[in-house]
Amino acid sequence: MTTAPSLHTHDAAAPLTGARRVRPNGRGQRWNPSPRRMPYSFIAPAVVLFVVVFLVPLGYTVYLSTQKTQVEGLGLGANARKQVAAGFSNYTYVFHDGEFWQSVLRAVVYGCILIPIMLGLATAFALILDAQHVRFQRLGRLAIFLPYAVPTLIGSIIWGMMYLPAFSPINSVLHAVFGIQGINFFGSHIVYLSVANIGVWGGTGFNMMVLYTSLRSLPQETYEAARLDGANERQISLRIKLPMIRPAMIMTGIFSTIATLQVFNEPYAIHEISNGGVSTTWTPLMTIYKDTYTANNVYLGAAESIVIALLMFVLSIVVLRATNRQIFGGEAR
Amino acid sequence: MSAISLTTAAQGTAPRRRRRVSIIPTGVLLIGVVYALLPIVWVLIASTKTNTQLDSYAAFRPGNSLWSNFQGLTSYQGGIFWTWMLNTALYAGGGAILSAIVSALAGYGFAKYRFRGKGFFFTMILVGMLVPAVVLAVPQYLLVAKIGLANTYWSVLIPSIISPYGIYLARIYAGASVPDEIIEAARVDGSSEWRTFLRIGVPMMTPGLVTIFLFQFVAVWNNFLLPWLMLSSENKYPLTVGLFTLLDAGTSQPALYSLVLTGAFISILPLIALFFLLQRFWKVDLGAGSVK
Repeated sequence: MTTAPSLHTHDAAAPLTGARRVRPNGRGQRWNPSPRRMPYSFIAPAVVLFVVVFLVPLGYTVYLSTQKTQVEGLGLGANARKQVAAGFSNYTYVFHDGEFWQSVLRAVVYGCILIPIMLGLATAFALILDAQHVRFQRLGRLAIFLPYAVPTLIGSIIWGMMYLPAFSPINSVLHAVFGIQGINFFGSHIVYLSVANIGVWGGTGFNMMVLYTSLRSLPQETYEAARLDGANERQISLRIKLPMIRPAMIMTGIFSTIATLQVFNEPYAIHEISNGGVSTTWTPLMTIYKDTYTANNVYLGAAESIVIALLMFVLSIVVLRATNRQIFGGEAR
Repeated sequence: MSAISLTTAAQGTAPRRRRRVSIIPTGVLLIGVVYALLPIVWVLIASTKTNTQLDSYAAFRPGNSLWSNFQGLTSYQGGIFWTWMLNTALYAGGGAILSAIVSALAGYGFAKYRFRGKGFFFTMILVGMLVPAVVLAVPQYLLVAKIGLANTYWSVLIPSIISPYGIYLARIYAGASVPDEIIEAARVDGSSEWRTFLRIGVPMMTPGLVTIFLFQFVAVWNNFLLPWLMLSSENKYPLTVGLFTLLDAGTSQPALYSLVLTGAFISILPLIALFFLLQRFWKVDLGAGSVK
């Protein structure tokens, strides 16, 4: 609520041509730009919103993570439960909570399946879209990008229904073509592939577009020079284009890594459909959700959120480092 | 080979394509197209079937009850599906417009002015990009519940306004598309900073702002966790949350499955339409984000 009025002042202040000196901070004064304060009023709405939407909740969560509920007496009556300082006990609990770390491990396994396949496909499709002598490029670009328009949850519901044994088109195709029968998509190992497949389907197109746009911005003369030197399309793609879009690939890698650790929608929908194929604590965010709401332990949920946020931070730095090394390795060769 | 490409290069790009078709890349591309479209085609066909037909018909054999499914969905709980649709449009449209405005202001401010703390504020917002909204959803809910704003439209709308990525893009757009000389000339002519921004900056940034709008529109349209946490009354739900509750109800009464599938199909139509209508902007946008 607090942010809305500040927005309106900005909206309203802009067309106010007649009113001078609305405020001493320079917003309404059209004759005096006051360059010193002007930039701050441009970025003020964003900064205020950022503080309200990102920093304050983060700070509040850090605070909550150091609290706990204390039950007094028999634990009956309205005032029997109260909030007391807990120090790091929630964190100690999280670090020893096997179920939590299992959910982290599952997210890592999920990511190890998802990210290479998704980014590999995205890169391949981007290179194909940018290559010569390939037909249906326009159709390919539109169709493969289209899943991005489908909300993850809706996509997960659709795939989840397609996995259901009763009306699975995948099983019937597999049966018709390869004679394979009755795959249980919610089985204990296959379920990773089933969930990762939803991520691949939904994420390939977006990453493909990022890489494709990056390819389009490269200087085309390089390819002509390579062609003159006798390089074929495949060599141009792999030896020239690929190294040149490394920065964009690193960016997609980092964003995918972060997205992986916080995966929620896909397994949550599959949990609903699969009748136990995916547990309520399958990924870290599902564990946080369950502890905060179902188990009603806000403080533990807060500590888990902070741990996950820190893990994501560390992970993105590790990925950045690793990919950087890869770049330098590539240069040395 | 090199001689051929030399001559075609000299002739321009148009005739180059027809000359030769690489079969393997084209084939791979078509497999990708089939994979991407498969669930969409399936859900379209599934939405034409009754529940018994879903079970008994072959996967891609259409049924005949698209209209009755549509009516069933429309009459479900007094047409609440369309309330969800409207809510989604409100959250996504409102959030994206406000987000584009805030991003335009901030991006222009960052790109066109030098001021104390510029680096600090921009880095702060970039770090916000690394701590994505989903992990913040639980903390945001806890805070919103604390100040009594849970289950209001605001609780979903306000977090949808700020988009670190939008600000980042807007800065790149302002830097690339609004020349300093023009701003300087406007200043010399006596235009106020606001007027320069509105009359010169905004029109030049418009393609970029449409992109930011689209990105945020899709992001809010797709959002599930935030409204799922924030909202408790059904008539404030967006589509994603509404369909999830429908699915939830469907696990105990499978008769609802055909409604879920029909609803899923209808709910993806607006965004697909938006994609085709505004293709141009999808091309421009992603470039700026990845290149710089």
